Amino acid sequence: MQFYQSHWILTFLIFFPLVGALAAYLAGEGNARGVALGVGVIEFLVSLPLFWTFQPGVRCDVFRTGPAFQNCVSADWIGEWGIRYQLGLDGISLFMVLLTTLLLPLMVLGSWTYIRDRRRGFYASLLALTAGVVGVFVALDMFLFYVFWEVMLIPMYFMIGIWGGKERVYAAVKFFLFTTVGSLLMLVAILWLFWHWTAATGHPSFSYFDFISMPLTARQQYFLFLAFALAFAIKVPVFPFHTWLPHAHVQAPTAGSVVLAGVLLKMGTYGFIRFALALFPYAARGFPHHLHPPRIVTAALVLGVIGIIYTAMVAAVQSNAKKLVAYTSVAHLGFVILGIFAFNLQGMQGALLVMIGHGLSTPMLFFLLGMLYERRHSYEIDDFGGLSASIPVFSAMLVFAGMASVGLPTTVGFVSEFLVLMGTFQQHPWFALIAATGVIFAAYYMLPIVQKVVFNALKRTENRMIPDLNGRELAILVPLVALILWMGLYPRPVLDRMAPAAQDALTAVAADRLAPDAPAPTRGGAGQPGGVALGGGR
Amino acid sequence: MLLLQEAAHGAAAALGEGNGFTPVLPWLIVGLPLLGFVLNGLLSVLAARRALPALPPVGDPYYDHAHDGHGHAAAAAPVRAPALAAVGAAGASEQEAHDHGTDAHPVDAAAARHDAHETAGHDAVHAQDAHDDHGHDAHAHAPAGPKPFTHTLPSLIAPGVLIASFVVAVRNFVAMSNAGEEARLAIAHGWSWIPVGNLQIEAALQLDPLSILMTLIVTGVGSLIHIFSIGYMKEDPGYPRYMAYLNLFVFFMLMLVLGSSYPVMFVGWEGVGLCSYLLIGFWFGEKANADAGKKAFIVNRIGDFGFLIAMMLLFWNVGALDFATVNERLLAGQAGLFGGALITAIALFFFLGAAGKSAQLPLYVWLPDAMAGPTPVSALIHAATMVTAGVYLVARSSVIYTLAPTASLVVALVGALTAIFAASIGLKQWDIKKVLAYSTVSQLGFMFAAVGMGAYVAGVFHLMTHAFFKACLFLGSGAVIHAMHAALHSTHNPADAQDMRNMGGLRKYLPITFVTMGISTLAIAGVPPFAGFFSKDEIIGAAWLGAEGHSHLSGAALFGVPGRVWMGVIGVILSVAAFMTAFYMGRMMIYTFFGQNRTGDEERGHLRETDWTLKLPLVVLGLLAVVGGLVNVEEHVPIVSAFDFGQDEALHRWLHPVLAGSDDVIAQNVGALPEPAHAAWPIILAVVIGVGGLATAWAMLSKRRLATADQQPAYESGIEKTLYNKYYVDEFYDRAVVKPVGGLSRLFARFDMGVLDWVVDLFGRLAQLFGVAFGRLQTGQVNTYAFVLIVGVLIVLGSFVAL
Repeated sequence: MQFYQSHWILTFLIFFPLVGALAAYLAGEGNARGVALGVGVIEFLVSLPLFWTFQPGVRCDVFRTGPAFQNCVSADWIGEWGIRYQLGLDGISLFMVLLTTLLLPLMVLGSWTYIRDRRRGFYASLLALTAGVVGVFVALDMFLFYVFWEVMLIPMYFMIGIWGGKERVYAAVKFFLFTTVGSLLMLVAILWLFWHWTAATGHPSFSYFDFISMPLTARQQYFLFLAFALAFAIKVPVFPFHTWLPHAHVQAPTAGSVVLAGVLLKMGTYGFIRFALALFPYAARGFPHHLHPPRIVTAALVLGVIGIIYTAMVAAVQSNAKKLVAYTSVAHLGFVILGIFAFNLQGMQGALLVMIGHGLSTPMLFFLLGMLYERRHSYEIDDFGGLSASIPVFSAMLVFAGMASVGLPTTVGFVSEFLVLMGTFQQHPWFALIAATGVIFAAYYMLPIVQKVVFNALKRTENRMIPDLNGRELAILVPLVALILWMGLYPRPVLDRMAPAAQDALTAVAADRLAPDAPAPTRGGAGQPGGVALGGGR
Repeated sequence: MLLLQEAAHGAAAALGEGNGFTPVLPWLIVGLPLLGFVLNGLLSVLAARRALPALPPVGDPYYDHAHDGHGHAAAAAPVRAPALAAVGAAGASEQEAHDHGTDAHPVDAAAARHDAHETAGHDAVHAQDAHDDHGHDAHAHAPAGPKPFTHTLPSLIAPGVLIASFVVAVRNFVAMSNAGEEARLAIAHGWSWIPVGNLQIEAALQLDPLSILMTLIVTGVGSLIHIFSIGYMKEDPGYPRYMAYLNLFVFFMLMLVLGSSYPVMFVGWEGVGLCSYLLIGFWFGEKANADAGKKAFIVNRIGDFGFLIAMMLLFWNVGALDFATVNERLLAGQAGLFGGALITAIALFFFLGAAGKSAQLPLYVWLPDAMAGPTPVSALIHAATMVTAGVYLVARSSVIYTLAPTASLVVALVGALTAIFAASIGLKQWDIKKVLAYSTVSQLGFMFAAVGMGAYVAGVFHLMTHAFFKACLFLGSGAVIHAMHAALHSTHNPADAQDMRNMGGLRKYLPITFVTMGISTLAIAGVPPFAGFFSKDEIIGAAWLGAEGHSHLSGAALFGVPGRVWMGVIGVILSVAAFMTAFYMGRMMIYTFFGQNRTGDEERGHLRETDWTLKLPLVVLGLLAVVGGLVNVEEHVPIVSAFDFGQDEALHRWLHPVLAGSDDVIAQNVGALPEPAHAAWPIILAVVIGVGGLATAWAMLSKRRLATADQQPAYESGIEKTLYNKYYVDEFYDRAVVKPVGGLSRLFARFDMGVLDWVVDLFGRLAQLFGVAFGRLQTGQVNTYAFVLIVGVLIVLGSFVAL
C-alpha cells in the first residue's frame, strides 16, 4: 500500500502509458490494439485503488501550505530555472485521473474495429495522449503543467488529422491553432509570474505553491487572469470560443471524440478552478473597482448562461448527430462555469460533479454514435429512424444516454446540475433562473435526435440489415451505465472525497493577496494582507 | 426529521402501547415494482433479440460496401449483400409490422418475405400495413402457435409485483389506522443522497395519511389496470416491453407520493414523465405517437423548471427541503411570511410544476395528444395517477399555499378556468378517448379549484373518486376499442375504431362494459349517490361557502378583487363546467351505446366482450365508482348527510394530521372563521346540474341519427368548428412558440458557423500571412505535421531557454 501513499502511483500513471505507447507501436499493426487494451486495463486497474486509498482532506508533508494534496513529490528537474517535477493529488484531480484511466480501455475497445489503418500509430497516440492528460491533472509545477498541457495536443492533433473524417486536416489544424493561441498567452502569463517571483525573492521557481502565495496588484491580477482564462476558455470551450469543437468532434474518430468530450474539455474547467481562481482570487471575484467593469464574475456568468441556452438551441437544429452532441457539450460545460463562479460549496461541488457526469454520459453518446457509424457509415440523423425495431439494445442504450444527458433524476446529470443551480441561485438568482430553463432546452435538443434515430418508422432498407450490439460493445457501455446510475443514486462517496478540495478551492478564491497598487514591488515575499486599503485608489 | 419522528413516537407512547405506528417494510412498496421493471426489462430485451435476423459481426468487410472513407475491403459486399438484404428486410419488416401495433398474420409475414426478394419489398409491406390501420389504438391479434416465455412471464410478474405492493401498502394502512392520530407519521430512512454543506438531502420515504392514501390508489387502481393490460396487450409483440414500462412507471409514481422531501418527490416527478414519454410513444413506428410523447416530455419539463426554482427558493430561505422540517420552520416563521412575496413566489413556481404535470392552463396541451398511447396507459397514467400529481403537490404543500392566499386564488382560478375550458372542448369531440382526455383535464381543473380554495380534503377526495370512475371509463373505452378493432379487422375495414360515429348501440354487444361505464358516467356527472356526486359537490360547496365569507381566502385579494367575489365567480364557472360534464358524458354514452349500430352489417357479429382480464377490472372499478363517495359524506350538509353510514367525513378525519399545519396558519393569521350555515340550495342545484345535463343530452341527442365518420360532414363554421378544433390553441402555440424558437435556433446555428467561425478562420488566414505553412499542412503527409509540430514545440521550449 506504500505505493498508493507515495507519488509513485502518479508517476506510474503518467509514464506507464508512454511505455505502453512505445510497446503498441513496436507490436505492429496486428497486435497494437491488443497491447493497447492490455496497457489500458492495467492502467485502470492500477489507478482504481486510489479511490479507496485516497483520504479526503489529508495533507502530505511536502507542501505545507495552500490546498491539501497527497501522493506528493517535489524533485529538481531543471534546477537552474527552478523547474521541479512536482505532483500531487487532491479530491478534484483524483476523479479526473480516474475518469481518464477508466475511459482509456473503453476507448481502445471502441476503436477495436473502427480503426483499420495505421493501427499502431493510432494506439500509440491514444496512449501518449492519456499520459499527457493524467500529467495535466496532477502537475503542480506551472512549467511542468504547461509541458503536459502542450504535449497532449500533439497526439490529439494526429488522431483528428490522420484517422478523422473527410475534412480532418482542416479540423485538426483549427483545433491546434485555436488551443495553441490560447496557450501561448497563458505561457506569457506563467513566465511573467516566474520573473515576478524571481525578482521578488531571488529564488527562481515555477511552483504552484509559490505563485499562490505571491501578492499581486489588482491590475496585475486582472490581466493575468484574462491571459489564463483565455487558454482555459478555449479549452472548455466557453462561448464564443467554441467553434473549433464541432469541427473537431465531427471529424475525430470515436476515441478522439470520447477523449475530447470526456477529459480534454475538463482540462479547461480544471484550469479555472486550480489556477485561474487560486492564483488571481481578487480578479476572479470581480472587484477591480478602479478598473471598472467588465467584472469577471459577471462576464463568466453571462458567457456560461449563453453557453447553456444558445448552444442548446444551436444543437437542436443540427443535422449531424456528432455535431449535435458536440454542441451539447458546450451547454453542459456552461453549467460548470456557472457552478465555479457561484463561489459556494454547492456550486463548486456541482461543477465538479458535472465534469464527471458529462465525462460519462457524453462519451457514452459518442461511443453509441461510433457504433452506429461502423454499421451505417453515417452521422446524418435523417439517415436513421425506427432503429428500435432493428437494433433494440442499441436503441435502449441511446435512450438511456440521452436521458442521462438531459439530466433525468437517478442519473448523475440531475444531481450535478441541481447542485450547480442551487449554488448559483444563492449568489445570483436571476442567472440561476435563466440557466434553469436549460432543463427545457436539454429536452428540446435531445428528444428529437432520439426520436429521429430510434423511433419513427423503420423506412430504410439499410437500417434493417444491421446487427445489434455485440459483447465487446456492451462491455464498453455497461460500465458507463452503471456509473451514471451509481452517481445519480448514491453520489456521496464521490462528493465526500471531493468536498475538502472544493473547500480549499473556495478558500483560495476567498483570499485577497493583494499587493499595493504602487510600482512593481522590488522586494515582495511574505503576503501583505493589508491590501484592502487600496480599494479607494484611482 | 428524527426529532419529529421521536416526538411522534413519544406521543404514541403517551397514548398507550399499541398506538404507535411502525411502517411495515415500506421500501418493499416501491421496491417490488422496480423488481418487476428489471425482470420484464430483461425479458423484453430477450424477446427483442430473438426476433432479430443473424448478421455478420460488426467490423465485417460487408459493412464497408457503402463506405467511401478508406475504400478498401469492399470486395465481398456485392456477393453477400442481396442475400442479406432479403433476410434483413423480411425479418425487420415483420418486427416493424408488429411494432406498428398492426398485426402480421403468418400470411402477411410470408408475403413480406416474398416481397423482400424484390426491390420494392419494403413498400409492399407498408401497403399491407396501411389497410389494417383502423385507429390509433389498434393492436395485434394472436399469431398461431404457443407464445414464448418472454410473452407469458410478464403476465405473471407485472400484476404480481403490483398486487404484492398493494398488500404491503394495505398492511401499512392498517397499522397506521391502529395508531393514534398524532403518531401517524413515519420516515423510512434510506441513505444520504445529496450531502453538500448545509444542503443535506436524504433518500427517504414518508408514510403519513396522505401518502398512504395515494399509495393505495396507485397500487390498487394500478393492479387492476395491470390485469386489464394482460388482456389488452398480450398479443402485442412489444408486450414485455410494455409491462416493463408500466412497472417502472408505478415505481416512480410511488417515489413521487412517498418521497419525504421535495427532491425525492422530484425524482418520481421526472421519472413518471419519462415513463409517460415512453408509453405514449409505445407504438413508435408511427411518427405521430413519437411526436406526442416528445411533446408531453417537453411541456412537462416547462413545469419541472418551476418545480426546480421553487425548491431553490425554498432551500435558501427555509434551509431545508424535507416536508417535515419545511413545515416546521414555515409554521415557526409564519407571522413574517404570511401573504409575503417570497412565499407567494414559492407557491406559484410550485404551481407551474403542478400545471405542467396535471395539464392545467396553459400547459394542458400535451394530455389530449397523450392518448396516442395504449388505452390502459391512458387510464393509469393520464387519468388516475400521474396527472393528479400536481394536486398531490399542492395538498402536500398545504402550509405553503395557506400562507400565500393570493397564490391560492390563482391556483383556484386557473383550475376553474381549465375546468370550463376543457369541458367545452369535450362537447364536440368524436374520438371517444379525446372526450375522456378533455374530461380529465376538466376534472383536474375541479381538483385544483378545490385545493386552491383551501379545500384540500375535497381536492384529494375528488382525486380519489376520479381515479375510480375515470379509470373505469378509460378501461371501458379500451374494451370498446378492443371490440371495435376486432370487428373492423374481421373485414379489413379501414374505419377508425375510436370514432363514436362508427359505434352506436353497443350496449347489446358489450353489456358489462355498458353497465360499468354507465355507472361511471353517473358518477362523473354528479348524480347521487354515486362517488363523483359527493366529491364534486364538496368542491362547488366550498366555492359557495367562500363567497359567503366562510373561507380564509374570502378576505384575500387578487388583482384588487376580494377573494369572496372570486370564489363566487369560481362557483358559477364550476357549476357551468359541471353541467357541460354531464352533457358531454351523456353524449358519449348515447353515441356509443344507444341508438342504431353503425359499425357495419358484417362487422357487427364480431363485437363482443372476450377476456375475463378485461372484465374484472371494469367491475371492480364500477363498484368503487358506486360506493367510493361514501367515505366522506359531510355531516352538516343537508340532504347529503342522509347518506350517513357511520362513515361521516372519514376522509376529513383521516387527513386531519396532514392538514393541521394549514389549520394552524389560518387560526394564527386569519382568525376564527364564522361557522357556516349549510343551506340546502347548493345541493339541490348540484343534483339539478348533474341530472339536468344528462337529461338535456338525452333529449337533444338520443333521437339524432348519426352517419358514420366517413359520411359525416365536417363542422363547417362557427362555434362548433372552433370547439372541435380545440380553440386552435395548438396552432397558436405552434406559431407563437414552436416556430419562433425553431427559427431562432436556426438563426443562431447560422450565426455560429457563418459568423463566429468565419471570424476564426479569418484569424487563421492572417496567421498564414505570418508564414505558417498552411498549404504544406494540407498535403496530408504525417511527416509534415510531425515536422511542423516538433519545430513548434522546439520554438516554445527554446523560448524558455532564451528567456
